[in-house]
Amino acid sequence: MKSSLFKSSYLFIILFLFSFSNISFSKETNVELLKPSWSFDGFFGKFDRASLQRGYQVYKEVCASCHSMKQLSYRNLGEQGGPEFTEAEVKAIASQYEVLDGPNAEGEMFTRKGKPSDKFKSPYLNENASRAANGGAYPPDMSVLVKARPGGSDYIYSLLMGYEEKVPDNIKLEDGVYYNKYMPGNKIRMAKPLSEGSVSYTDGTKATQEQLSKDVVAFLTWAAEPHLEARKKLGFKSVVYLLILTILVYFVKKKIWLRVEPKV
Amino acid sequence: MNDQTSKTSKEHFEPVHTNKVGGSPFTGVTGWIDNRLPIIRMFRHEYLDFQVPKSLSYFWSFGGILTICLVLLIVTGISLGMHYKPDANQAFDSVEKIMRDVNFGWLIRYAHMNLASFFFIAVYLHIFRGLYYGSYKEPRELMWLLGIVIFFLMMATAFLGYTLPWGQMSYWGATVITNLFSAVPLVGDFIVTWLWGDYAVGDAALNRFYVLHWLIAFLIVGVVVFHVIALHIVGSNNPSGIEPKDTRDTVSFSPFTTSKDLLAMLVFLLIFVAVMMYAPNYLGHPDNYIPANPMVTPAHIVPEWYFLPFYAILRSIPDKLMGVIAMVSSIAVLGLLPWLDFSKVRSSVFRPIWKQCIFLFVLDFFVLMYIGGAPAEGIYLVIARIGTAFCFAFFFILAPLVSIIEKPLPMPTSIHEFEEWKKQGKIKTIKLFNK
Amino acid sequence: MSEIKNKDKTTRRDFLTTVTATVGAVGVGAAVLPVISQMNPDSSVKALASIEVDLSKVKEGQEITVLWRGKPVFIKRRTKEEIQKAQQTNLKDLKDPQEDKLRVKKGKDEWLVVVGVCTHLGCVPIGGKGDYNGWFCPCHGSHYDTSGRIRKGPAPTNLEVPQYEFVSNDKIKIG
Repeated sequence: MKSSLFKSSYLFIILFLFSFSNISFSKETNVELLKPSWSFDGFFGKFDRASLQRGYQVYKEVCASCHSMKQLSYRNLGEQGGPEFTEAEVKAIASQYEVLDGPNAEGEMFTRKGKPSDKFKSPYLNENASRAANGGAYPPDMSVLVKARPGGSDYIYSLLMGYEEKVPDNIKLEDGVYYNKYMPGNKIRMAKPLSEGSVSYTDGTKATQEQLSKDVVAFLTWAAEPHLEARKKLGFKSVVYLLILTILVYFVKKKIWLRVEPKV
Repeated sequence: MNDQTSKTSKEHFEPVHTNKVGGSPFTGVTGWIDNRLPIIRMFRHEYLDFQVPKSLSYFWSFGGILTICLVLLIVTGISLGMHYKPDANQAFDSVEKIMRDVNFGWLIRYAHMNLASFFFIAVYLHIFRGLYYGSYKEPRELMWLLGIVIFFLMMATAFLGYTLPWGQMSYWGATVITNLFSAVPLVGDFIVTWLWGDYAVGDAALNRFYVLHWLIAFLIVGVVVFHVIALHIVGSNNPSGIEPKDTRDTVSFSPFTTSKDLLAMLVFLLIFVAVMMYAPNYLGHPDNYIPANPMVTPAHIVPEWYFLPFYAILRSIPDKLMGVIAMVSSIAVLGLLPWLDFSKVRSSVFRPIWKQCIFLFVLDFFVLMYIGGAPAEGIYLVIARIGTAFCFAFFFILAPLVSIIEKPLPMPTSIHEFEEWKKQGKIKTIKLFNK
Repeated sequence: MSEIKNKDKTTRRDFLTTVTATVGAVGVGAAVLPVISQMNPDSSVKALASIEVDLSKVKEGQEITVLWRGKPVFIKRRTKEEIQKAQQTNLKDLKDPQEDKLRVKKGKDEWLVVVGVCTHLGCVPIGGKGDYNGWFCPCHGSHYDTSGRIRKGPAPTNLEVPQYEFVSNDKIKIG
């Protein structure tokens, strides 16, 4: 009797956890993702500012020609917990873009230099324009891309590293389609975006494919979760606080229950 | 003579209201208010002096935990409502704005999102407690039925809330669930179009889903009030299933139950906060961070984890209408349990066979949950059908049958004797939640 | 003896309870903070806090109104007469005494920039009206002069001069 009860209650817990593993069903390929160590992982995870700044450079010089980041504004680049460019740098970055504004007093639309409060300029006016320019495929918006893919940062990193010259025999590639080891279905319409030297870093870091991919993924992770650092910090504080309060209440409760006469 | 009658009738005059002003045990301002609006008296009676069985385990803390969850959901919900825009073109962006620009918006949204999941975890444990200890039996049937109403409302408002961020899962979840109504014979398609206010899920639907999400949230509060009133009339059940007989069997609600429930709440909050802060999207689905696209359905569309068992039942039946009926009745049938199980013994502690049945039922719940997340094909479909069959067999065959054939174990005569037996090791209860 | 012991026990229990209640109250307070703070202007609103206005097309005696932080800002190019009037006003006649030169930028006497919100209860005053030819608030009858100072009526203070600067000869940045 006793053991069956025990077994059953443990069975619960195991099954409960087990039932969450259904996420694995949503992956078509069962290739193990590459898992580099990220500075933002773990309980005290933080972004590496230099890496985020380099990541922005990669985004700007490579990704941004096809991928939009509609949810971000230039001012975000200077905000705490992000790449933390200085105010002057943010202004300089924003002013590199021509932004459509208006109407002015004469009722006409005009272009002006970008301001930090402007949203990132999209490479295409709308989705249709973007499809037309990319052979029917729509390069997804990158604002929350990391959160929108199972595997998150690891997946995007793997994808960037997963272009292989040698295509397995069972896969036939049409025109304008590339083989990628980590893409579900192994076919991708984006040509290999990053290879050694795609970007020349201003801070002297060697622009290997790994480095470029790591930096841009770190940048995209921040873009998807700009308050990650604040969240982890507050998380630690609140867990510690709750632990202390729980222990205190445990003793209060114990003392109170001592008042109940210890049985008849 | 006339005079006399009028005089006597005057003497016998009584105002329509029978509750006299006064009689408050309080003095001063408190007494002044309490004499006119006896809520303070009521509060003391129901929440301080209220007598509660001494033997309650931590399983009885989930009522309080659920109350806290509901309050937090409403507070965070109101905060989110101040920034959210129920417009098909703006909804996704407004949620992102909350996550990025609104002060503490990310915290409030992650809290609301994860609280929904934790609300279901607590409610499932709450329901399990009711099943295991026979809390649905006379005289608590109505409280049990109100609980089922709350559960239905919870599912409705959770579903509606999930559509609001207007991501891919929101959109396609809304499409699939509203299409359930198309199974209704004759008027099905009419109902679906009426629900949508359009020929597909779109702006009109999103706007009304937002309003209904609010409405049902407050309906839940209303039914919870009834649920609690009913509880305070009949009193709490307890692990022994024996009604308290004298003061040796009970403790007063405060400070005993309150301190215990507070401890349970804090442990629950601790787990919740840890998940919310370190894995906020773990219980969600990545596809919901892709803006809704009416042209493309995600490859594997799954509901939120708490709907998976019911989703499995829906898919296990090859007929559209029957599938919907099976899914709805798998919950509604809980309402028949007080009459399907007519054993006089409440607590499963003294019901060796029924206890095993309940554990099998719980196992079935998890199996169906697993199947609900798996593709609807091959072996999964076979298991889903067995699981669905067992679910109904549990209520319609096992419950009455076990009531007849089972021989209950010898029982103590009172709660304090039950406690004594427990100490002596004569009775086994669920270890994890013992006090 | 036993009494003392008993007392000792009670105080200790009370101490534990007090500490716990205090810690709990601090937590509840901290949890309420985000809920209140979310109602404050968000960071996108704060980022828009400054605007630039081109003044080259405003003629003498003309007044333009621009929107800044959701409020109208009056920018008036004053005539010589108006400037003189504003400068020669006796400070003793003012409800909220302030010299005109403190309300304009040095060397830019002709430009008066004020937030167009009546300091009484927030209505927008009408330009070129009122007993002092400055502004007149139609809601409760406050009269402002050509320096935007309150002269008559219920408003307690002068029209607010926002923080602004000339970025070039005919361009200002407000905020």
